[in-house]
Formats: sequence, C-alpha cells, structure tokens
Amino acid sequence: MAGVTGGNDFQWCFSQVKGAIDEDVAEADIISTVEFNYSGDLLATGDKGGRVVIFQHEQESKNRPHLRGEYNVYSTFQSHEPEFDYLKSLEIEEKINKIRWLPQQNAAHFLLSTNDKTIKLWKISERDKRAEGYNLKDEDGRLRDPFRITSLRVPVLMPMDLMVEASPRRIFANAHTYHINSISVNSDHETYLSADDLRINLWHLEITDRSFNIVDIKPANMEELTEVITAAECHPHQCNVFVYSSSKGTIRLCDMRAAALCDRHSKFFEEPEDPSSRSFFSEIISSISDVKFSHSGRYMMTRDYLSVKVWDLNMENRPVETYQVHEYLRSKLCSLYENDCIFDKFECCWNGSDSAIMTGSYNNFFRMFDRNTRRDITLEASRESSKPRATLKPRKVSTGGKRKKDEISVDSLDFNKKILHTAWHPKDNVIAVAATNNLYIFQDKIN
Amino acid sequence: MFPKGTKRKFSDSGEEAACGGGDQGPSAAPAPFAAAARTLSSSYSLQRQSLLDMSLIKLQLCHMLVEPNLCRSVLIANTVRQIQEEMTQDGTWQIMTQALAAAQCPADRLVATEVLCRQTEAAAAAAAAVQAGQSPKPFSVSGLEEGYHSEEVVIDGDAEAEVAMSSLSPVSPQLSSASYLAGPFGMGPCWEDDEEDADCDEDEEEDSEECASEGEDGERHHLRADSRTGEQVFGTFEIKHPAPPPDPALEELFSDVDPSYYDLDTVLTGMQSTPKMGPYDLLESLSSHGPTALSSSATCRSDLNELDHIMEIIVGS
Repeated sequence: MAGVTGGNDFQWCFSQVKGAIDEDVAEADIISTVEFNYSGDLLATGDKGGRVVIFQHEQESKNRPHLRGEYNVYSTFQSHEPEFDYLKSLEIEEKINKIRWLPQQNAAHFLLSTNDKTIKLWKISERDKRAEGYNLKDEDGRLRDPFRITSLRVPVLMPMDLMVEASPRRIFANAHTYHINSISVNSDHETYLSADDLRINLWHLEITDRSFNIVDIKPANMEELTEVITAAECHPHQCNVFVYSSSKGTIRLCDMRAAALCDRHSKFFEEPEDPSSRSFFSEIISSISDVKFSHSGRYMMTRDYLSVKVWDLNMENRPVETYQVHEYLRSKLCSLYENDCIFDKFECCWNGSDSAIMTGSYNNFFRMFDRNTRRDITLEASRESSKPRATLKPRKVSTGGKRKKDEISVDSLDFNKKILHTAWHPKDNVIAVAATNNLYIFQDKIN
Repeated sequence: MFPKGTKRKFSDSGEEAACGGGDQGPSAAPAPFAAAARTLSSSYSLQRQSLLDMSLIKLQLCHMLVEPNLCRSVLIANTVRQIQEEMTQDGTWQIMTQALAAAQCPADRLVATEVLCRQTEAAAAAAAAVQAGQSPKPFSVSGLEEGYHSEEVVIDGDAEAEVAMSSLSPVSPQLSSASYLAGPFGMGPCWEDDEEDADCDEDEEEDSEECASEGEDGERHHLRADSRTGEQVFGTFEIKHPAPPPDPALEELFSDVDPSYYDLDTVLTGMQSTPKMGPYDLLESLSSHGPTALSSSATCRSDLNELDHIMEIIVGS
C-alpha cells in the first residue's frame, strides 16, 4: 500500500460526505463510532441517538474505472433506545459507543454494537425474493379457510426489490456496572470481550446470560480508586491474549491461559515520565484514550492526548515510535483543562499494511503518519474542500509568532470541531472520518 | 500562556509547572530547592490555587455533565491530590491550616457572602483540618462509583454544595482518618444526574437546620467554616438554585432517596448509609442528609414510610 504523504504518486482526495449540512447539529446525529468490516465492503456508523447506519461499497462503474465506487446507505436501524434505570434514577444513554463487525461466515453480516450498558448482536441480511402461492393464506396475507382448499400448489420464489433487514439476535445485558468503553471480537470468532471503567468481561457469542469477569480493578474501598480502564482489545491472532489501557498511561497485556482472573498482567507497558516536562496535567494527558493492535499482531498503538505511540509487544519499557499529533497544545493545557477538552478521547487506526497510522485532532483536522518515511500530513474534513475528487490540501498550524499564509494559528482553532473517530479501509486507501454529524470519505487519487 | 523568550527563573519555572505551559517544565532543581523556589513565587501559588479551585468545582459539578464520566472524575481527583501533596510539601498546607484555625468563628452560613481573600479561604480549609487534629490526609476519591449495589456512599450533592474548597479538611475531630474532599466525593452525585438537582434544593434548608441543631462541635465548626469557604469558592455561582427539575413531584418523591436506597440491607435496617462505612461515611451520613441524617426516630419513621412507598412503586411497576 502506498504511503500517506504527497509525492507524485499519492494524494488524498475527497470522495463523499454523508450527513446534514445544517449549522444546527442535532445532538442525536453526532457520530460516535465508525468501523469498516473485514472486507471493507461495508462501513458502519453509530450515533448518539442510538442508530446504526451501514453504508455499502458500490462496484466501480464501468464508465469511470479510475474512480473507486461510492458508499451508499445499505441499512439503517435503531440499535439502542434510551433507558431509565428506576432504581438509580439514572438515564442510560442510547449513544452507540462502539461497533465491531464479526467476520463474515455466510450471506448475512453480523455486528456487535454497544451503548454504556448493553451489547447487542445484530444480523443484517438481504432479502430479494419472496414466496408466492401459499396454500393457507392469500397474497395479502389473510388466512384461507382450510376447508375451502381443494388443491395444493407449490409456492414459487419470485424476485422482489432488495430489502435489507437488521434483527437483533442476541442481547448481552446486565453485566456491566460502569460504562462500557470497548468491545473486541476474539480471533476465535466465538468469544468477545467487553470493558467498562473497572472491569472486563469475556462473553461467548451464543450465550447471553453469562459472562466471565477476567479483569477487575475495582478497589475494595472506592476511596482508593485512582486508575480506570480506558480501552481494551483482543489480539488479532492469539485468542488468549488481550490488552487494556488505563488512565495512567499504562498498558497491560494479559494471557487468559495463565489464570481465570487476569488481574496480574503478563506484560506491562509504560514509558517512563520525562521529569523535565512534568506538570499538574502530566497524568491527564498521559491517559490513553485508544489502543489498537496492528494487523500483524506484532505492534500495538496507543493514543494519549498529545501523541500516538507505537509499541513493540516485545518491549515493555518504551514505545518504538512516538508521533506528536498536536504538540502546540502543550502550552494551552490549562485552558483545555478548563473547557474539558483535555478529556476528549481520540481514537487511532492503522492502515491495512500497518505502514501508516491516522488519528484526529481539533478544527476538523486529522493527522496521518507514515511509519516508513516518517512523514506526516495534516488534512481537514470540511465542506469547503468537498468538491468531487478534489485533492485535499495539507494544513498547517502555526506555532510561532509569524503566521504564514494558509496557516492557522493555535488560537483560531475551533475546539468544538473535533475528530474523535476515524477508520481506515482494511485493504484500500479509503478512509472514513467522522466530523461531528458528518461522515467524510476520502480516497487516494490513482494517477 | 507565557510569552516566548521569557527568561526562565525559578519563579517562572514554578509557574510553568503549575500550568503545564512552556517548552519545558522546571529544570531539574532538587526538590526542596524547587519547592522553596515555588513558595517564593506567589503567582505560582495563585495559579496552583486556581487550578485547585477549578478542579474542585469540576468535581462538584460532575452531576451536571451530560454524560457522567468516571475517568474524568478520577483524573480530576488525582490532580487535586497532586496539588495537595505539593502544598503539603511546600508547607503551604500548614499555613492554610493554621490560618483557618485562627479564623474560626461562628457565622451564619446563609449570610456568608463576603469574599475573603484566597489566603484566608485556604486557611479556612486548612484550619478545619487542624481542628480535626490531623494533618491533611491524602485526598482520596471516595464513592466515585456509579452508585450501585452495596458499596454505595451516602453522600449526595448537598454536602458538596457547601463544602467546596474547604472540604479539603477532614470533617470531624474524631474521624481522624477521614479523607477530605469527602463532599464532592460522595460520588453518588456524580453519576446520578437526576438526584442531584433535587438534592440541591433540599440541602440548603437541611444544612441550615443542621447547623443550628447539630450538637457536635466539630461538625458545626466544620460546616460553618466550610460553608463560608464554600461561599467564597462559588461566589456568585448559583449552586443554591439549580435548574428546576422537570417533574417537581417526582423529584420531591425521590429527593431524599439515598443511593443505597435500594440496597436491602439499608432498607431493612432503616439506615441511610452503606453497610461498610468508612469514618467519613459516617460523618457524611450525619451531615449531608438533613433531617434523615439526624436519625431522630420521627424522621426515621417517616423515611421508612417513604421507603415503603417507593418500594411499592418499584415492585408494583
């Protein structure tokens, strides 16, 4: 796969944007998760209103073979509804925190979607035929009187307009006291894990009334709570291995073969703190918001507030690569603490070949880093650069006193426009970037 | 935050440390030296103080967030703890403590609108700590959980309303191991959005009643001092008048509901507190629940009646 940055052979250009254009964004329309399926053929988004929208990749048109096909709406359904916990007088938000696809095993597609409390397994299937000529009911569905039937016929299958149906096949509920932040399908395709602030549970996809608790960091005395789980993921190949990250900037790798309760880690990843840059915000900005294994399974990537780090699973004492996402914010940490932006949880993702990584920033900027060339690029997801096949122009934030033309100064950044969720196609150079209520799809320009 | 090119002196490096700004933090000055340098810089102290206040306010307002966020609260709590530890090392903490002890005087909580200078405010907090006879205990996050099952902490938002900054102090003389900031840390509130608003309304009256009737000197002092400093921290901030709840009847019904309400143990024993109570839990249950906390038999009975009523509703539905 090609790298991320310029050069004559590779540029990112606009492909599509989904979502309303209005300035007034309905809270429910804010996209809260984006995920390609294993083939890249389907792209799922979840929003704060509990809805899931799945886009399907249309085949390239024969007329314009130089363009990749577009993603069009395939299915929309309400995954989670708002709930009210009467005992605690608490609302349970319907916001979809994560969507994870299952590997496809038959014609239907399966995905897991979760809100704060409940995980659901959805089956998305197509129906393009229907049976006609029933014996016991009319075409309009009314039952026929059996005594009036004088002959039997065999129903025939007739084609019909394609209908995509989504049905909940399993509901995994009541296993989490705290808010679920991660789900991850295991490589055995039979189990998956779900993580909340203090616990991680292991489920079997077929069994909804039982789950195994495999990590529990809740202290006996809640007064002693100083650390929470922020993300968790199963290893892509080793079904006994998973990692979870914490609010203190540490990652623990656990082996489920070692013990039933994986409170003791097999590996502990932490970068020693640089004493010269210590401040009262050091811990907050070290809190890891996302952890992702590379496709190869040899590396993992973590996102903290200001940087992305790539870790070699064989080396625990420091990351092998560190990329600064928006270092210019380091001097603004106090203001960002005041307006709570410092608690924003950015996600990160690998490209299919693990040669590049991507993460979001503010002002609808997102950043890509090429691990081989060490080049990086900042791009913007905006309506202004949304002309079909328009090449995206690299953006730059000026940190010094002198602001060059086309640069934007740190103080002009819009901190309400944050790109928290991005996804990279598993095979091609196609990326999906969620900017509040809009989903941008960019692809490489094949010259 | 600081203009580039500012020559970094000890005081500046301290400021940068406070707000995380600048290219590098303080250079590797040995700890005591750096600490001494920092105490020299009043601007650093002010910034640290304002960071502390900001953090405390954030903790108090956890319940006003759209999405209760345990991670955020834990991070803010850790920040407060860090500041407190540094202030203890600097010796600033002791100064605050002594000043507060000196400044102790009965004051009508509701009248306390005068804005004291920060020094006195901090002193007020610290004095309560001293008065409790302890050096400040490490700040801890108690009851940060979402309010589930038996580990419920009794606190709700009411105590927070008046014990803001000052809840840095342990809350009662005999509760020597009490963690301060118990107020904002009665975390039932943080997670239970609906309860908070209702509680706030109740609290004001309950607390003033409490102040008048509480026999415990320590508590009274604590509450008085706390309320005064609480006033300062909030200033014009209208904690007393939160947005009216959408359904007043419903809110009133649940207004005294304690997070541990549904815990059978507490229901059966008629106690509005967690089965395993830490020392500050006890205090909080005494100080924060107004009439219910006074545990007069009359209030207990009325509470039990309410409990029955609510249980009926829950079971009936």
